Amino acid sequence: MALRIGVVIFPGTNCEHDAMLAVQRLGASAELVWHGDGSVAGFDALILPGGFAHGDYLRPGAIARFSPVMEAVTRFAAEGGPVVGICNGFQVLTEAGLLPGALQKNRGLRFLCTTTTVRVETDRSVLTSGVPIGTELRIPINHFEGNYTCDPDTLAMLRAEDRVVLRYVENPNGSIDDIAGVCNAARNVVGLMPHPERASDPLLGSVDGTVLLTALLTSVATPATATVA
Amino acid sequence: MASELFSVLVEVRLRQGIADPQGATIERALPALGLTGVTGVRAGKAFRFDIAAADDADALAQATVVADRLLANPVIEESSVTVSPAKQVV
Repeated sequence: MALRIGVVIFPGTNCEHDAMLAVQRLGASAELVWHGDGSVAGFDALILPGGFAHGDYLRPGAIARFSPVMEAVTRFAAEGGPVVGICNGFQVLTEAGLLPGALQKNRGLRFLCTTTTVRVETDRSVLTSGVPIGTELRIPINHFEGNYTCDPDTLAMLRAEDRVVLRYVENPNGSIDDIAGVCNAARNVVGLMPHPERASDPLLGSVDGTVLLTALLTSVATPATATVA
Repeated sequence: MASELFSVLVEVRLRQGIADPQGATIERALPALGLTGVTGVRAGKAFRFDIAAADDADALAQATVVADRLLANPVIEESSVTVSPAKQVV
């Protein structure tokens, strides 16, 4: 049976159909989850896609944190459910306290829309499970506030606990320690600024995003088979 | 129960040590006005709102919740709250 992926949308989200299509083409089923819904029951994994949730008013993700669905997302994550936040979704997850740090304005106040090369730094996350460490992927970024920052203690913790999931090969936005993506302590919540769904077809110039999305679907499917074995 | 209306000003700014490219950009523009002595420009946000509260301590407590839980992200920002009497309401 196809895995069910919930794609959470807020007013202003705009990458939901790209995200749905990308996972559907990898064999999963995908459904939209409205931010006003209080339940994410029945999903095998959740994606918080990119866009401008609640207009990015106040700060990206600052208002989305209060949407009813976020309580359900938080419970889902606490129970070990895989949650991936892409771009604005990453910002929402940091504001909601599901991931450490914050995304501030890019170095030099530059809006960036370009393809970056990111390096997989750990294979111990739902988004990179089974992907060889050091794998370089060409994936687009499209953001103004993608400059990852955190205090020195948090950075030391992320490094010590192997929780930096992706690093930019050439830092485009000033992110501390070249960080493009991080995960939580349980490794089932991952946030990243690059858009893997936009690198999911040769027509888009890269299919490298499917490496991450395939790893997500595989790591979702694996617990069931692991109990059989 | 009678309550008073208080005016609140919350200022939010980036923490010390957090790069502020907006402030730096503003500072770099100032020599064009002939002002070469302006340094340390930091950009921030200001929020004004009213709170009905029992007294100024209550108003300050409520406003601080608004500032800490919503208006500022403590990872990168800090805030200051100023409360002053507005007008009487029933």
